[in-house]
Amino acid sequence: MRETPKPFWSPLAAGTVLGLALLVTFVISGHGLGASGFITRLAAQSSDWVAPQATAENSYFGPFMKAGAPLMSWITWEVLGVLIGAWLGARGAGRISVKVERGPSITPTRRIGYALAGGALVGFGARMARGCTSGVGLSGSAVLAVAGFVFLIGFFAAGFAVSMMMRRMWQ
Amino acid sequence: MTFPIYDSGIASGLLSGVLFGYALEAAGFGSSRKLTAQFSLRDFAVFKVMFTAVIVAAIGLYVLRSAGVIGVNAVYIPTTFYWAILAGGALIGAGFAMGGYCPGTSVVGIASGRIDAVVFAIGMVLGTTVFAAVFDPLTSFYFAAKGPDAQTLPQLFGVPEWVVLLALVIIAAVGFRLGTIVERSRGGPLTAEEVCAPDDELDDHALRGSGRSAMHG
Repeated sequence: MRETPKPFWSPLAAGTVLGLALLVTFVISGHGLGASGFITRLAAQSSDWVAPQATAENSYFGPFMKAGAPLMSWITWEVLGVLIGAWLGARGAGRISVKVERGPSITPTRRIGYALAGGALVGFGARMARGCTSGVGLSGSAVLAVAGFVFLIGFFAAGFAVSMMMRRMWQ
Repeated sequence: MTFPIYDSGIASGLLSGVLFGYALEAAGFGSSRKLTAQFSLRDFAVFKVMFTAVIVAAIGLYVLRSAGVIGVNAVYIPTTFYWAILAGGALIGAGFAMGGYCPGTSVVGIASGRIDAVVFAIGMVLGTTVFAAVFDPLTSFYFAAKGPDAQTLPQLFGVPEWVVLLALVIIAAVGFRLGTIVERSRGGPLTAEEVCAPDDELDDHALRGSGRSAMHG
């Protein structure tokens, strides 16, 4: 018999702890939280393994390689921490569920296809926006940066629009 | 001792990450269904958690600055490049609605066992690589419509910081109330039990879910 997962925290409680985590990060490091910066460094490093010459000459990845060891960065340790923290929480609450999560009316194969395509859009968009939901949306808005709120306007507007076309996948 | 201490070492990164990951997971953000239910208005957790976190951190920074614990220009404030940030935010919103995650939450999804989150992360590496490949022709757009360096809302509107903070609290309070009414009318918010159910129980949920949406849709 499967154990019943513990309920999620209320949004107010989870948001308060998240806000305090962000505050602690600012006080220690001087900057906010992030995630896509790690993906960028991972992409630069992967690209270097496949095609070192082209990567070194690329105007976006090149500077990362020139600085040396792109993965040796605060953001790598932070993302590793996210993995550990989330795993500890999910495990303690019985909320680990190994599956392709999807709505009832879509096949796992299609869901995987959409996950890959959606991931690609997000990867591209995060470079365009100079950060992601964590780095610009959350951390930028917390310092009341105009950039953070401009980001959130684009994020929610496009999210609602595309979601209307994606109803079948999730419901 | 003055703060921030500008420590960007391994321990600093791990500490921030563990707190961040634990909070996101507790909010339910390792689940692509719960996350995307924000956009179908069945679950307002994304809006609520994000707004709460922004307000807690923003008020915290305001208090620490007022008390002289941290300096005036001590923390990093991004500069606005209007078109690129608006377009990038829109692409992330679109990809989130399609793929189910954003970069941070995909890491939480992976930690929660979600295979779709692993695939999403691979997609992000590919998308990032495509961006690097086409960066040259995009450069002028990337730097277009630049705002003043590190501009904040109080500077943009010419009002004291506490006015902006108060406005955010009011927007959040109204959003919380409306969100709760809307999500309940649509059978939400999604619970841990619903989103953690194994795949073979999906059909049962499908029957219940479609019964509900037929009633409200």
